[in-house]
Amino acid sequence: MSQTQGIGAPIALKTKLHVDHVSEVFERDGKRTEVLNNIDLEVGDGEFVCLLGPSGCGKSTLLNAMGGFLSPTSGEIKVDGEVVRKPDPRRIFVFQERGVFPWLTVEGNIGFGLSKLPRAEREQRIAHYVKMVGLEGFEKTYPQELSGGMKQRVEVARALAVNPDMLLLDEPFGALDSITRLIMRGELLRIWEAERKTIIFVTHDIDEAVQLADRVVVMSARPATIQQIVNIDIAHPRDISSPRYLELRDGIFQQIGIAHKL
Amino acid sequence: MNALSQPGKLERLFLPILATALLLAFWYYAVRWSGTKVFPSPLEVEKGLAELLRHHVLWKDIVDSLRRVAIGFGIAVVIGVPLGLTLGWYPAANQVVNPVMQILRPISPIAWIPVAIIFFGVGNNAAAFLIFLGAFFPVVVACIHGVANVPAVYRRAGRNFGLTPPQLLAKVLFPAALPQILVGLRIALGIAWLVVVAAEMIAVDSGLGFLVIDSRNSGKRYDLVVAAILLIGVIGLVLDVAFRRLEKLGSVRWGFRLES
Amino acid sequence: MRDENAAKPNLRVLWRPLAFIAVLLLLWEIEIRRQSSHLLPGPWGVVGGIADLARHGLLLKYVVASLFRVTWGFILAVVLAIPLGLAIGWYRRAEMALNPILQILRPISPLAWIPIAILWFGVGDLAAIFLIFVGCFFPLMLTAINAVQSIPAVYVNAARNFGLGSTSLVYRVLYPAVVPNLIVGLRITLGIAWLVVVAAEMIAVSSGLGFLIVDARNAGNRYDLVVAGMLIIGIIGLLLDAGMQSLEKVKSFRWGYSED
Repeated sequence: MSQTQGIGAPIALKTKLHVDHVSEVFERDGKRTEVLNNIDLEVGDGEFVCLLGPSGCGKSTLLNAMGGFLSPTSGEIKVDGEVVRKPDPRRIFVFQERGVFPWLTVEGNIGFGLSKLPRAEREQRIAHYVKMVGLEGFEKTYPQELSGGMKQRVEVARALAVNPDMLLLDEPFGALDSITRLIMRGELLRIWEAERKTIIFVTHDIDEAVQLADRVVVMSARPATIQQIVNIDIAHPRDISSPRYLELRDGIFQQIGIAHKL
Repeated sequence: MNALSQPGKLERLFLPILATALLLAFWYYAVRWSGTKVFPSPLEVEKGLAELLRHHVLWKDIVDSLRRVAIGFGIAVVIGVPLGLTLGWYPAANQVVNPVMQILRPISPIAWIPVAIIFFGVGNNAAAFLIFLGAFFPVVVACIHGVANVPAVYRRAGRNFGLTPPQLLAKVLFPAALPQILVGLRIALGIAWLVVVAAEMIAVDSGLGFLVIDSRNSGKRYDLVVAAILLIGVIGLVLDVAFRRLEKLGSVRWGFRLES
Repeated sequence: MRDENAAKPNLRVLWRPLAFIAVLLLLWEIEIRRQSSHLLPGPWGVVGGIADLARHGLLLKYVVASLFRVTWGFILAVVLAIPLGLAIGWYRRAEMALNPILQILRPISPLAWIPIAILWFGVGDLAAIFLIFVGCFFPLMLTAINAVQSIPAVYVNAARNFGLGSTSLVYRVLYPAVVPNLIVGLRITLGIAWLVVVAAEMIAVSSGLGFLIVDARNAGNRYDLVVAGMLIIGIIGLLLDAGMQSLEKVKSFRWGYSED
């Protein structure tokens, strides 16, 4: 039995992001594709929320809309009460590691959004985040010499360096091998606990969602609606063998309609 | 990829030398057996080359050709790169300009000679104009493709960090497109080298192209003709290699894999 | 903001470039009218020139002459360069041996070969065809070499795994694998051939569109015919290119592009 939650943010937290009756319809060559159907969601400040669903279900579309890269066909998205209209450094996207700029070093990448700061402060920030993601010694390295996991860290550091309100991550660990993925999940949680940013994380991996999130928003296939919001009430660090973990996880499996015995 | 054994370093050096030697030998004997009085053998070409060097004319011709290329190519880059970047950035603008470019592009620069002479008279400027024409379209096309092929993630990341469009162009699109732009510039330089030689055969009276035509016209000195032809090839190759070095500087830093 | 790639209705796509061309033509006409003693024709003059050529039957005659030479030179080059290039690309040692020679011959403008062409073939069609052949041969060979070398090793290994013998390997794997690259190379080289024929005709023969340009100027400063000739060259070059592009689009050749 999984605990379902309403759309509202946990009572203890102030609402950061409010998705209000959002629908998204794409028109291409005269064909109408309904991608999102009446999504309602509230995310609290400092919450870690996962959007979970099969590939192509529209969760990336929702994330893009939250980031201001798309405007909803109907409904609106508000962050801190302000309607989201365009991309903004306060809501930084983290893509899979291919978002790292190959013509800049690690330092250059992390400092990318910091050009408006005075030099001393900039360097200080860069050093701080290099350390935070565990890339000391690689400051002057170019991305082509880094592994996938390391490039991903650069991207996260780059995102954090501008001190955004929210991080939007779109299957960031998808291109990594499964061992690196596990490590990166731990790193992400560590960073989150240090900085407590609001994080919205898109994934199609049920385990990943249950391991990371405070709440898991389970989305259906296209046109996407919210099937269920599961509150993961296990404290970090989460034991992935614990009965509660397995219970929540299996509940989601069932909700999606997949057998969890192969 | 099918060779069962990997060629070793020695072979890398030895095989080309062998092949070239065979070719020269074949050339030499072909000239001998055909009994031609006019076509030179490799030895005669070598002598002709030495003669050119001795008379100091050669350096002037080489410098003249290179200078014209520098001017024509330089102007093509200065005008073409910003234009290409803009057209790549605004596909709507590209749609408007593209048909005109597609009609002008297949017209050999040499066909522009009468028009060039009207605008610039006979001389260096006309030649530079022709070279400009030859290099301009490849440069613009390379820039358009370079910008168009920048992965969308980079553009989005740039916007995400709050960059304005001019900043986006300068800080993201241009560095991202640079490898492809450099390849296009290299190809355009090669074309410029072809055009200058052709232009010099018709419209001016110095330079390597002129040397080729002149050696024949004034005395049927085919040894000098072939010597000049080989020189053209060698210098063209040097230009190409030098430019590739330039590309390598960038590619080592940026990790782009450039096509040859 | 909406996704940048919203499709525009077809009519819009067409009228903007047309409007742009119309504006250019207008400016051209105005500029010519301003300078009454200008040698160059305005757009209307060019149209008159084309009509003139058509009336004298020269239009068709010259176009056919140029196309004839291009066809022969191009086909000869294709027939010789592609098999050779495929073979050289396949055997790495061959490529290593011959590469320096190719790299030196490649940057030599086909027109630089004119004295040799005239020496071997006299002034006339054969010389022109030879020049086109030379201009196409090296690019085609390099294209073929490159095409073979870019076949992913997995294809060859898979074929071997299934026990294909050499001949089957060539027909069932190599050929399909290289065709997309080859077709693109063919298109580019055809464009080169078109440039070369025009230039060659300006120097070495007495018919064809290139000759028209030279002749119209020399025999009476008929710049209207000069520019008319240039325009026709551009249009035919464009048609040739479009023709090749439609070949690329033929379904059975498109498998190379599925990685978009």
